[in-house]
Amino acid sequence: MDGFGVFEGHEMKSKTIRRWSFIHTWTSLICTVFLLLLALTGLPLIFHHEIEHLLGDAPQVREMPADTPRLNLAQLVEAAEQHRPGEVVQYFGFEDDEPNAVLTIMAKTAGTEPNSSHTFMLDARTGEALETPSANGGLMLFILRLHVDMFAGLPGKLLLAFMGLLFVVAIISGTVLYLPFMRRLPFGTVRQDKSTRLRWLDLHNLIGVVTLTWALVVGVTGVISACADLLIAAWRNDSLTAMVAPYRDAPPLTRLAPATRLLDIARDVAPGMNPDFIAFPGTRFSSEHHYAVFMKGGTHLTSHLLTPVLIDASTLQVTAVAERPWYMDAMGMSQPLHFGDYGGMPMKILWATLDVLTIIVLGSGVYLWVVRRKAARPVTAEVAA
Amino acid sequence: MKPRQSNFWKVFSTPLVIALLSAAGLFAALLGDGIWDALSWVGLGVPAYLAIRGLLQCR
Repeated sequence: MDGFGVFEGHEMKSKTIRRWSFIHTWTSLICTVFLLLLALTGLPLIFHHEIEHLLGDAPQVREMPADTPRLNLAQLVEAAEQHRPGEVVQYFGFEDDEPNAVLTIMAKTAGTEPNSSHTFMLDARTGEALETPSANGGLMLFILRLHVDMFAGLPGKLLLAFMGLLFVVAIISGTVLYLPFMRRLPFGTVRQDKSTRLRWLDLHNLIGVVTLTWALVVGVTGVISACADLLIAAWRNDSLTAMVAPYRDAPPLTRLAPATRLLDIARDVAPGMNPDFIAFPGTRFSSEHHYAVFMKGGTHLTSHLLTPVLIDASTLQVTAVAERPWYMDAMGMSQPLHFGDYGGMPMKILWATLDVLTIIVLGSGVYLWVVRRKAARPVTAEVAA
Repeated sequence: MKPRQSNFWKVFSTPLVIALLSAAGLFAALLGDGIWDALSWVGLGVPAYLAIRGLLQCR
């Protein structure tokens, strides 16, 4: 198996090169189809915010005087339940760029799985419901599901996570192979006059090596995000179970204490932090007997790290300020580093550019393999057989 | 695998600088807005520019 051809010099033993090239060829070939899917669907997702605005799917929060009083959380729960009778609130989310609206997720029961929930916004001053169609269906959600799990649930996510790992191995082995290929060539050489294959070989090496860090970071953070379900389950086992152990035999709640003061209670025990979302009792981010208010850090860097405050849903006493295990921090930091949404529009454009460049590296890799095989067949037919 | 040191650095010094620059760019924007964002645009702009320059070199 020799996918490559011209190796000059002898410092790197040809046997070693063959091994690395075998690893590079097959890890790449196996993951390429999936990586192409991820790179192509990821491209519009970088701009999902802008696209939703263009499609008219983004809710317009009404202009009102800045000092308009806001409803409290219990009133917002009431407004939500009036908007969707027979359903319960699962989550309230708070967004920095839209302080007058509360993201609301409801479903038949608190434990209903995320894909069957309904997402919309509540005007925090009037309780008026604003639909967010793109969060519940339509083209962008379709693309998102393709990107996240190919509509195959957890097995789909884990398959994509495995493909991400192969991608990382392909990047590392490709970097090792960069040495024998580039030994005689100055950095950035693209040979134009020899053959199309050599030109694309040089481009594959050049683009591959300059996008190395970005591709590794997006790959690894993608793998971490794909494992989010498992990480959340581990967190529930490790931290949550211990903290709510005293409630194990408590009867199920028939009535919840009003949500009115949840944010104040959480702020008191987590000073300097800001609310990110509230998980209502019975959801997978809380327990049967607790509201969980997830507080994010007050600085730019720590705003991606969440600290849950567990509040007893009948007495409104704080049961615990949960510790954040390292893997939940890894999950929190993975999100911006995967989405590229933390450095304004120029970063999004660069993210898209690097994504397209990755597609070119993937495509040229397949091309080089095909051409090489064609060239090698007459000579090494018996070896390949 | 025992490449001669000189060869290793001759081949990898530029890619290493670019890799560190990209990493700094990815990290910078996590720290703040304004100047930090601008640093990230430089860090990620350099690899994007070099790749596109290679692609556009005329035959």
